[in-house]
Amino acid sequence: MKRLFATLVALTALLFFGSLVTGPAGFTPIESIKALLSSDQSPITMVMQEIRLPRAILGLAIGAGLGIAGAAMQGYLRNPLADPGLIGVSASAALGAVLAIQTGFAAAWALGLPISALSGAAAGVLIVMLLSGPQGSTLTLILAGIAVSALAGALTTLVLNLSPNPFAANEIVFWTMGSLADRSMTHVWLAVPFIAVGALIIASTARGLDALTLGEDAAAAMGVRPARIRLALILGTAAIVGAGTAVAGSIGFIGLVVPHILRRFVQARPSALLWASGLGGAAMLLAADIAVRIILPSKDLKLGVLTALVGSPLFLHLIYRTKRQGL
Amino acid sequence: MQISKIINLASALTLVGAVAHADAPSRVVSINLCTDQLAMLIADDDQLISVSKLAADPRSSAMAEQAADLIPNSALAEEIYLLDPDLILAGTFSSRATVSMLERLGIPVILFDPAYSLDDVRDRMIQMGDALQQPDRAAELIAEYDASLAAYRAEITERPRAALYYQNGYTSGDSTLAGQILATAGFDNIAEDAGYPYGGFMPLELLALNNPDAIITGTPYPGASRSDEILDHPVVDHLRDRLPQAVFTDRDWVCGTPYVLRAIEDTAQLRRTMTGATE
Repeated sequence: MKRLFATLVALTALLFFGSLVTGPAGFTPIESIKALLSSDQSPITMVMQEIRLPRAILGLAIGAGLGIAGAAMQGYLRNPLADPGLIGVSASAALGAVLAIQTGFAAAWALGLPISALSGAAAGVLIVMLLSGPQGSTLTLILAGIAVSALAGALTTLVLNLSPNPFAANEIVFWTMGSLADRSMTHVWLAVPFIAVGALIIASTARGLDALTLGEDAAAAMGVRPARIRLALILGTAAIVGAGTAVAGSIGFIGLVVPHILRRFVQARPSALLWASGLGGAAMLLAADIAVRIILPSKDLKLGVLTALVGSPLFLHLIYRTKRQGL
Repeated sequence: MQISKIINLASALTLVGAVAHADAPSRVVSINLCTDQLAMLIADDDQLISVSKLAADPRSSAMAEQAADLIPNSALAEEIYLLDPDLILAGTFSSRATVSMLERLGIPVILFDPAYSLDDVRDRMIQMGDALQQPDRAAELIAEYDASLAAYRAEITERPRAALYYQNGYTSGDSTLAGQILATAGFDNIAEDAGYPYGGFMPLELLALNNPDAIITGTPYPGASRSDEILDHPVVDHLRDRLPQAVFTDRDWVCGTPYVLRAIEDTAQLRRTMTGATE
């Protein structure tokens, strides 16, 4: 377990550094780090401190958040297909964010954007959990997720098409695929506190999630209250996904892929899977964000394209296995 | 109506092109924002009956007031046919379906290429003068236009470096109308150094690294969007803060009409303040 922790921390740190030194403006890693720590007003300092640092921080925080949220939902629903992106939580968060931007709520109040996205995410996760029930049968979970995704996506598209702004309609792809391009420190301050609080709330459910693996009754006998866990999970997931989506659009599959890969290293213990998925999610999003800058530096390739390329085959594989088990 | 006819007749009699003038098109409809404005500048009273809806929108049209007196059209073949025009003016990129439909219905259509340079603007004015059979009016406008351009080009002593930066990080290079406006106003365009001679999406990083002396951004549109957000990024703010005044690309930059002179004047004013040059 210690080795896993050390490996994941090292990998994440390496990718964080990689994210800082990757970009269309080519200067050496040493120059980059010097500029990052300097306080002059030179162009390189501007690039490092105002463009690349916020991008790397957001990649780290949002990736970690999505990993934790995915692991927690899979633990609670005892279903490996639960992922905030797949079951419509990200799509509802995007709808909340788009509404806040288009109504001017986001401009009127600094916290308007994350709060609105968070409310959208909370509504999405609440609907899915109510529809699928605490047992989380695969069929109802996926069906509820599809319905919520489709509705939120359609409403987002409608709002953007109604906008008088000629650029709004082109932004549908950002809200469905996600991107970290050209973010600033303002976005970091908007998103990271919410993600941190959400992660802490979810961490508080760790012991309960472990107990739940023994079944609902055994967990209740151990003093675990599933209703309390569910509330914490809804709030925590909404805070993480809402804040992340508000500044980077919906990024799918991280919450699905990462817990799946790491589960066997932590002997399938949900509490250990939480922190492991946090680190793994950060590493995966940072890697994806480096890749979009290397593959198509000038085109602002969306993050969702890469995470889906990795995630979809795995998703299909999971469904195939679920089917074989006769569920 | 009566008076203008008399004046027309009087001028026609004194001119060589008197015969051509007599059967000049009298019910002209324009369906493109840029041909709208050129036509309004050059057409005779009552010669032009309808312009596109956009021409009356002050955000995109430099001649919104004049356009308010004309019938607005949405560039749909049906409504245009009902106006019973004897000439249609359209852009080469505008509504291909409408244009071919109108041609099939037997109405003459004259297509105008978009202007990519200040020389193109002059060519379009000549073309419009010929289309409307008002070559003298066009020649008058062109003479003024050439004189103003020469004056702007003569006054430049020092060329600061500037960037044109629009929503989503789009920039325009020297081979575009906006780039030419910028160059004539006395700025070197960093898009050239950054490798975007025609323009394109320039990452914020490259903008910061090329460190222009001045930045000219797109006009924010109503109804917020994420695309506008980049224009408020700290890097752009930082570049803008160093300038004595903010300059936006607006309706004067959109079309190849003599109004580009106004865009050049605004931009040249920025350069004069920056370099301490006097007019």
